[in-house]
Amino acid sequence: MSKRVAIVSVAQNAGAESADNFYDQAYRVAREALDKAGLTREELGTVVTASSDIFHGGISCANSYYWETTGAFLKNASRQDGESLFAFFYGVMRILSGQYDTALVMALCKGSENPPNDACTLMFADPFYQRPVGLTETTAAALQMRLYMEKYGVTREQCAKVAVKNLDNARRNPYAHRKGDYTVEAVLNSGMLADPLTELEAAPKSEGMVALVLATEEKAKKLTDKPVWFKGYGSSLDAFFLGDRDLLNGQLGNAAARAYKMAGIGDPGKQIDLAEVTEPYAFQELMWYEDLGFCGRGEGGKFLDSGATAANGSLPVNVSGGVLANNPYVSRGLQRIVEATLQIRGEAGQRQVDKQVKTALAHGTHGFAGQCHAVAIIGS
Amino acid sequence: MAKEYKTLMTEIRLPYEISYGATWTRFFEGMAEKKIYGTKCGRCNRVLVPARSFCPRCFVDTTDWVEAGQQGTLTAWSYVSYRYFGMPTEPPFISALLRLDGTDVDFLHMMGGFDMSDFEQTRKIVKNGMKLRAVWKDERQGHILDIKYFEPA
Ligand SMILES: [Zn+2]
Repeated sequence: MSKRVAIVSVAQNAGAESADNFYDQAYRVAREALDKAGLTREELGTVVTASSDIFHGGISCANSYYWETTGAFLKNASRQDGESLFAFFYGVMRILSGQYDTALVMALCKGSENPPNDACTLMFADPFYQRPVGLTETTAAALQMRLYMEKYGVTREQCAKVAVKNLDNARRNPYAHRKGDYTVEAVLNSGMLADPLTELEAAPKSEGMVALVLATEEKAKKLTDKPVWFKGYGSSLDAFFLGDRDLLNGQLGNAAARAYKMAGIGDPGKQIDLAEVTEPYAFQELMWYEDLGFCGRGEGGKFLDSGATAANGSLPVNVSGGVLANNPYVSRGLQRIVEATLQIRGEAGQRQVDKQVKTALAHGTHGFAGQCHAVAIIGS
Repeated sequence: MAKEYKTLMTEIRLPYEISYGATWTRFFEGMAEKKIYGTKCGRCNRVLVPARSFCPRCFVDTTDWVEAGQQGTLTAWSYVSYRYFGMPTEPPFISALLRLDGTDVDFLHMMGGFDMSDFEQTRKIVKNGMKLRAVWKDERQGHILDIKYFEPA
């Protein structure tokens, strides 16, 4: 890339239910991101927001809440529906257009106010065929999980260990919503949702106003002494109908390959120091290790068992606790990049890893059984 | 649950009139006649079910109507025990993907026709790769649930 784009500040709120209403909560996080960058609203170049207003907001229209709370009104701003890592890239593109020297990217979701996750995800299915037979993200993930275990001999215990790891990591993250010192047995006995998935293996429903400020290289150097650089991005979207897809060979590999190519990464297992992935269901983190090239096909369980992805491992994954700890549905991809940014800057507090993080990966997914994936690479 | 601050309970309920389009009109009319229709892509030769007007992979119009088999092979399943808004039936039920005979993509539906109240018993019966057959409702209205479920064949 000829021109460089930097993340110059980040802000987020805690995932547990807050007494603030949507409007105030969104404003406070946007304000914090601008304050940290030392920018006034007038100085801010543009805004890109990500949200899902009807299902994950119930407020019907983005215009009612977002233009004011994100400082976007009167500006040349835009909005994207769905996974917020896509919005991150739109923000990067706006900077690369040469028209703006700063951009606020913000994801907005207040999960505590929303219906249960699957009341919304059922509505993502078409009304004629898949919705009447009850397709939700949880039932789709359960179909995928059994296939994965049967094909590669991954055990239920290995899948449950992802939840044990992430919920333990979350104990050091003040923003995490669900956290605790759970055993594998506790995860497996936490109540059956859709076999083989249990309740602690499925993400909760959290609040997440998540913001970051992007800037051109020239501007970034004026705004921060710790810029985190955009290195690469890729996304890929699979077919809509679940039955058209190979649930064990999804699109994350393609998304990652595109991001790695842009970032010049040939050996992700060695060149990436830390990853934050979106794992709405525990076993998916194991599948994503494989798709991201951190280990071989079918070896996700063994890779976890090796300790490589623990907070003190060679390639820590979800040191924040991941999405199992904090699931502000639309905001979760942008939250991954905020967490990765904090690790690169050495500002992750108690959850800061011991080793130096130079290059980090953030991943977002939405849709049934990982229909759509986005991968971003950032670095110091 | 009592909260320290005031909340508003609200619901959005709005009517939409959504078109089936020509292809799905024919597919769902088939349901009423106990037929499961697919369409064939002339480029990759896959039979897609439910029927589509075009092949998403080749991005060309499908060329032929094909009647799919009433039997198929179970390719993925889950024993669903949780309750959710819009669930198709009282849990437990089995969500299933199956490959109908003569088709090249999986068909999403449910399994039934046996006592599934106990999960451990159910697990002894249900295996990926088993043969299933469609069981139709007597009163059909051109709906995906005109097929009650797929039972072990
Ligand atoms: Zn084709």
